[in-house]
Amino acid sequence: MNGERVRMLRGWEWARPVRPVRREVLSVLPELEEGQPPLLFVPGFGHGAWAYAEHWLGHTAARGFPAYAVSLRGHGGSEPAPEATLRAYAHDVVQVAAGLPRQAVLVGHGAGALVVAHALARYPARAAVLVAPVLGGWATFGAALRRNPLGTLPAVFGGGLRLSRRQLFSRETPDADARRHAARLGRAARRAQWQLLTGADPEPAVGRPPVLVLGSPDDRVVPASALTRAARRYGSAPLLFPGMGHDLMLDARWREPIDAILDWLVKDPTRGEVP
Amino acid sequence: MPTPTEHGRPDPETTALAHSRDGRPVSDRGDTICVIGAGASGLTAIKNLVEHGFGVDCYERETGVGGAWNWRHDRSPVYASTHLISSRPFTQFPDFPMPDDWPDYPHHSQLLSYFERYADHFDLRRHIWFGTEVVRVEPVADDRWDVTTRSTGGYGPERTSRYAAVLIANGHNWSPKLPRYEGLEQFRGEVMHASSYKDPAQLRGKRVLVVGAGNTGCDIAVEAAQQASRCWHSTRRGYWYAPKYVLGRPADQVNDTLLALRVPLRLRQWLYHRTLRLTVGDLTRFGLPKPDHRVYETHPIANSQLVYHVGHGAITPVPDVARFESHSVELADGRRIDPELVVFATGYLPRFEFLEAKVLGDDEGVGRPRLWLNAFVPEHPTLAVAGLLQPDSGLFPLVHWQAVLFARLLRLRATRPERAAAFAARVRSGAGERYSGPVKDSTRHWFEVGHADYLRALERALHDLEGAK
Repeated sequence: MNGERVRMLRGWEWARPVRPVRREVLSVLPELEEGQPPLLFVPGFGHGAWAYAEHWLGHTAARGFPAYAVSLRGHGGSEPAPEATLRAYAHDVVQVAAGLPRQAVLVGHGAGALVVAHALARYPARAAVLVAPVLGGWATFGAALRRNPLGTLPAVFGGGLRLSRRQLFSRETPDADARRHAARLGRAARRAQWQLLTGADPEPAVGRPPVLVLGSPDDRVVPASALTRAARRYGSAPLLFPGMGHDLMLDARWREPIDAILDWLVKDPTRGEVP
Repeated sequence: MPTPTEHGRPDPETTALAHSRDGRPVSDRGDTICVIGAGASGLTAIKNLVEHGFGVDCYERETGVGGAWNWRHDRSPVYASTHLISSRPFTQFPDFPMPDDWPDYPHHSQLLSYFERYADHFDLRRHIWFGTEVVRVEPVADDRWDVTTRSTGGYGPERTSRYAAVLIANGHNWSPKLPRYEGLEQFRGEVMHASSYKDPAQLRGKRVLVVGAGNTGCDIAVEAAQQASRCWHSTRRGYWYAPKYVLGRPADQVNDTLLALRVPLRLRQWLYHRTLRLTVGDLTRFGLPKPDHRVYETHPIANSQLVYHVGHGAITPVPDVARFESHSVELADGRRIDPELVVFATGYLPRFEFLEAKVLGDDEGVGRPRLWLNAFVPEHPTLAVAGLLQPDSGLFPLVHWQAVLFARLLRLRATRPERAAAFAARVRSGAGERYSGPVKDSTRHWFEVGHADYLRALERALHDLEGAK
């Protein structure tokens, strides 16, 4: 992300601030404050903070890290926002992150990873983790269209993007669980969905945070090539968990990726390359 | 995640290697950078220098962060009703927004809590030496600096530490500027500078003369209108009193919409005059002098209430003061008034009492340094001043980017010395440049900048420095 122009003048952003909304933030804190940085989990489109509350929040706190999850506006328990844009979602993440007591690690899943990538340009995260990132663009669209034409096409015309159970969860996930999670899925705002295709690339991250990319080669939403591309953008290779579905945090083997993330943080990754 | 170049606090026992010019021991702090002051500018300087991998020692004379915005500090100019005059998006740091459920124009106590959260969030307090004032800053060989400090108030011994660079962030709103008036000594009434005005109770039931039409002067006049038995407001010339809201939105957000649309200055001025004419009305009808300049040519005054109170007779606008007598004041037009209390809201002057004036290029010692981008010092590549700006908008984002630019410059000094040298040449040739349209000159307005012009200049400087696309 070198050589990109830093934009100091942000006239439009200043002139049209994002409207405040009531945001749902779930948290599980470790019993003993161990001086670890807080993690802020950002769910992807259609998901809410509940997706992390299932397993990851508790596990993260049990390992000594304060764990928070936000529902983007219009998702989960946050206020409805049918006209939301990607910018509004990134604003939600930055607002919650800046409200935490200490500099946070941002973890984004699916299209939430794109929201995190945008948020990184407005908040100097301590580190960032992109889980099965959907960073947008036509390639993602093509893959989604191939795998799930009936769920994807309506989104082009402003309908909801519908992901099937089999895309999100591996076969190991008990059917009852998969059904239960799928029933909770909502939808992102129309404009934000379009911006997945047409939106501008995220501006460079501020504060040179180290970035970890992980996912599954058997993900039926994000192809392995997209993982490699995303990781290369941040100067690394993706961490792979074969056999898992797109929703790694709800999968039967949810423990492996979150342990890998926390291990990476414990190892104290050095800051990104000095530009 | 501590960075490898981070040091703990200076420890004279183990690091006293060098000696100062007069033979005192100097503890060498290696690559560490010294930041003077832990107000808004100092805090963002620490944060950005640490983020770029530098060790930082910050000296703060008070016992808390927030500088001018911390009402507990004896040099703080804030009064009970101080609110922001630029709206939130223009005032917050670009990478640490204020809560979006705060009002458009937060109160000074919210500002303080914002700075305290900033300091805690980025763990900045461990770099700050509280209750320590800087006595002297002297250049030594290799562009390094000897910084001499002692406990605030002059207790305890002085100690000197040597730093790779110094960033001055000591603020410019603490040393009152008091104009000379004939006969002021024999005036029997009470006289105060706005810096000691804290609470409207100080005005209650008195006949008050407020001198000065800066934002503070107008605020105090408005409070006097509601509390005092009589209020005269003396201004040297006519001003534009811009309301804080235009067309139902914070005025600066409307203005930046026009800027973002690249509407030229002349057209913006015409639109602004037109809007003021339609909303505030003809100022001369209220007995206020006609402005002798166009909008955007002096520091903007954002006050919706002043004209309102003039219209209710609670404020009497009067011209400049000619002379003081024992029980009365003679005005420039020959009128006489009899105030009991005179409040001078006549501003502040920047002061760098720990530094020889000529280091900052102020050869005549008039308190007006010669700098590039109001921050960089010709002939001293490792010295910079943060926050010496009087923007037509929020100050803190501008200082944030100053600090980023200084941090990147210091890093390139080590890795790409030729780029740093080119930057130094640019500092020499550009010293004294201005970053605003035509503005009226005065001791207040010499560091006036337009936020868009200034940020554009900073952006260009950063890209020239790094040779980015």
